[in-house]
Amino acid sequence: MSGVVMHAEDVHKSFGRLHVLKGVSLEMTKGETVCIIGPSGSGKTTFIRCINHLEKMDSGRIEVNGHLIGYRQRGDKLVEDREKNIARQRTEIGMVFQRFNLFPHKTALENVIEAPVHVLRTPKEQAIGLGKALLERVGLADKFDTYPGKLSGGQQQRVAIARALAMGPALMLFDEATSALDPEVIGEVLSVMEELARAGTTMIVVTHEMGFARKVASRVVMMDDGQIIEEGPPEHFFEEPEHERTKQFLSKIL
Amino acid sequence: MHGLVAVDLHVIWQQVFHPDSVFFRTLWATVYISIIAQTAGVLLGLLAALARVSRFAPLRWISGVYVWVFRGTPVLVQIFYVYFAFSWPTLHFGFWTVPDAAIAGIVALSINEGAYMREIIRAGIDSVDKGQMEAAKSVGMTYGLAMRRIILPQAARVIVPPLGNEFNNMMKTTSLVYTIGVFEMFAFAEQNYSQFFIADYFLAIAVWYLLLTTVWTFIQAYIERRLSVSERGEELSFRERVQAAWNPMTSWARGGGG
Repeated sequence: MSGVVMHAEDVHKSFGRLHVLKGVSLEMTKGETVCIIGPSGSGKTTFIRCINHLEKMDSGRIEVNGHLIGYRQRGDKLVEDREKNIARQRTEIGMVFQRFNLFPHKTALENVIEAPVHVLRTPKEQAIGLGKALLERVGLADKFDTYPGKLSGGQQQRVAIARALAMGPALMLFDEATSALDPEVIGEVLSVMEELARAGTTMIVVTHEMGFARKVASRVVMMDDGQIIEEGPPEHFFEEPEHERTKQFLSKIL
Repeated sequence: MHGLVAVDLHVIWQQVFHPDSVFFRTLWATVYISIIAQTAGVLLGLLAALARVSRFAPLRWISGVYVWVFRGTPVLVQIFYVYFAFSWPTLHFGFWTVPDAAIAGIVALSINEGAYMREIIRAGIDSVDKGQMEAAKSVGMTYGLAMRRIILPQAARVIVPPLGNEFNNMMKTTSLVYTIGVFEMFAFAEQNYSQFFIADYFLAIAVWYLLLTTVWTFIQAYIERRLSVSERGEELSFRERVQAAWNPMTSWARGGGG
């Protein structure tokens, strides 16, 4: 088991009559960067939202760092866990949203230190030191006291990345982190993500940026119609995809 | 009695510029009843709003029945029922005495106000983007912590303008507790009228009510300005806030627009 950070097994999810995830299984080891690609509606976003239990799966099991997420084992059944426990499990999983979701009533630095101070109970001085270091890391050393409303989309997203990192998560989830950005600022966010990947962060990146997937991913996963239909290292994946749907998808997007 | 409309300037002059201590006691009664009833109403409204958005269905039902009953019946009926159906103590705080009728009045007004505040607070909570709760949860916050630290502070910007209007109304609605024997500003005017048959006592207290609501308008403008400091970029000047406060509809729209 050593080195396994995330383990998902046969995850199913329906919204009403729409069967969005039809048995998704994925395992990740420490330091891996997995890029999930696929047409919209294929279930990529729903899948990573299940990983931190923002979406409640219908069946299957997901473990992060050896902890079952969102559920408790009772006999051979899984029952939903208590809210407090779910909240604690989420501290191990960082999430970056398509629309940033920064706290607009807090400055960049306050956004980053909010959870360390109020969830982890890190002393404030120490949290501020950590927060400043993280904002420097994402290239925002001059924006500590700026409110999100005065930051560009790219800057907001980098604050959001720093906010997620501040919890020291074992796994980072990126949900189409650059899809809502103006083209000229996509690069600054991608380069921060690339730096994270190179530094050994374990991360799952749902993306339409094939250039990024090709360059940074240790593994590319193709989802279609609620299932993983193909996966492999990027060289193999982009040069000679095996599955017909993957070929079609890549030919459209590249 | 006056045949034609004639304003007795002497009475107005006297009451507005040289009020006696009896009058001041009634003015104070109006002020403290308004403030306590509004504060309690906000707290009740907050509890009811949290119950309304709770995942626990019985809490939602209780909250619904509460609003249904207290918005659907006259506040005067509520005041009478609360006063006559229960016995209330008279409280003494040093030289300040709060009679039982005033306590009953405060209780009735608070409960009534809570029903209106629930709607305002719920609308405020609903106005906060759903992504905020998700982001808060994703960094490990529980629902309660996220509400307190992330959702409610943002909802406050939307809640404060209509809350100000509620308080403005409250200061005027307190005059109803005169009917259960609270000696407040309206009771003062009514008593003097019965004695001297000079209607201008009513005009004089109208001036005082106007003064109270005007002072409040400025306080409200100040609070709203403080709250908007971290707003997305744009900031309204104090003058614009005051203007907005004069017009409930624009101040509501402004708060809601962010």
